[in-house]
Amino acid sequence: MTGSIKRRGVLAGMGALFVGACSRIADTGAGSSLLSAAEDWHRKVHRLLASREALAPEFAKADISPFFRGNGSQTVDTEAYRASEANGFADWRLEVRGLVDTPLSLSMENIRRLPQRTQITRHDCVEGWSAIGEWTGPQLSTLLDAAGVREEAKFIVFHCADNLNGQDYYESVDMIDAYHAQTIIAHMLNGEPLPARNGAPLRMRIERQLGYKHAKYLTAIEAVANLEGIGEGKGGYWEDRAGYQWYAGI
Amino acid sequence: MKKHTLSTRIWHWLNLVCVAILFMSGLNISNGHRRLYWGDWGFAPEHAWLEVPRFPGWMTIPDYYSLAQARDWHNLTAWPFALGLLFMWGAMLANRHFKRDLVTSREEWRWSAIKDDVIEHLKLNFEHGDGKYNFLQKLAYGLVLGVFLPMMVFTGMAMSPGIEPAMPWLVDILGGRQSARSLHFIFAFLTFGFFVVHIALVLLSGPAAQIYDMITGGVLDEPDPETPQESEGETT
Repeated sequence: MTGSIKRRGVLAGMGALFVGACSRIADTGAGSSLLSAAEDWHRKVHRLLASREALAPEFAKADISPFFRGNGSQTVDTEAYRASEANGFADWRLEVRGLVDTPLSLSMENIRRLPQRTQITRHDCVEGWSAIGEWTGPQLSTLLDAAGVREEAKFIVFHCADNLNGQDYYESVDMIDAYHAQTIIAHMLNGEPLPARNGAPLRMRIERQLGYKHAKYLTAIEAVANLEGIGEGKGGYWEDRAGYQWYAGI
Repeated sequence: MKKHTLSTRIWHWLNLVCVAILFMSGLNISNGHRRLYWGDWGFAPEHAWLEVPRFPGWMTIPDYYSLAQARDWHNLTAWPFALGLLFMWGAMLANRHFKRDLVTSREEWRWSAIKDDVIEHLKLNFEHGDGKYNFLQKLAYGLVLGVFLPMMVFTGMAMSPGIEPAMPWLVDILGGRQSARSLHFIFAFLTFGFFVVHIALVLLSGPAAQIYDMITGGVLDEPDPETPQESEGETT
């Protein structure tokens, strides 16, 4: 008995030493830049292996999960949102702005009248779970082309109505994912208007990346040259707040 | 002749560091969602085939719950781990370590031969005749190098939404993304199981000499030319 406790103690001690060494490496400048460089290597290899247009797998109707879990914000806790929700988001506006020739402000009706794409895809959360749903909405490229994105724009930023733990949610992608065929602004899930927990009335689908990139409660789409001036500059809510990877294709 | 070639020794120690970091950061990632599912999707307790315990801080990298930092460690270490394994396979095939020492013969798969080998192991008698490894060693090293570690790489890649558009067949043959995740977990613990047995046998068979040999290369005991080689195979 004491032998096993002692062994466990030694094992725990070795574990702690190893973990301690790892934290010290992570705290050094070289260590942390190596950790973020690995994210770039993965992105570059993914882009090398798959063409820009390569699609995420699409599923059959029979594969759809019976319920689509909502994670993070389950609703937007403001009077304005509740009022808008009560009248079917008739007054919701989606802006397209930033480095564009013609800024746009679209109503839900405008968005529903655009050419639509419907796709049954799997949503993968960074935590590890997956759910399959059918999403419908216009491709982001349709809106970007209508607004005329300028040459100097390198990223598309998604601004959201929800505020999680005191910070406004936002996300961003590069132009490759922005113009990808499956990058749509979904207003329907499984043939119904989006439920509040899944981002009503509008959310992004960025099918080749993890769930936290798929910004919900979308209010504005902004074309920018770099991510420095936005939020805390790391390109997204979870990136700023907890150091999550900006490239969430891993 | 050296008991362990330079390529084997380099890979052995590199792989130990990689597997330790990957396993411990993996336990932290597991704490992010402690249920495992089969198929393409799953998120609720009623879909799960296993609820995994929460792993305490002393087992994880970093030593507190941080999915973001654990993923950084995991995704960085995946590179030397996967490339190291590729290097080891290349070296093993090129220097004939694989063919000479790891490939089993049909006689070794006979039940009586396996039984004898198990009994000798249980008696802690690690002396074996010609050949560097006995059957159980060949089987264990073969499984680790040929199945467990490659499956860690493939199931890991299958979980990446950025890899899937390039190789959707990988996810399909593994039975869907959640199956790939479950298999990733299973092979991680099989690898850990090998590690425990491996350490135990090193401790029982003279750890100082074993570790010294894996660092310096050691000396291979040449078969004694005086004693005639016994052969039972179909040599006629």
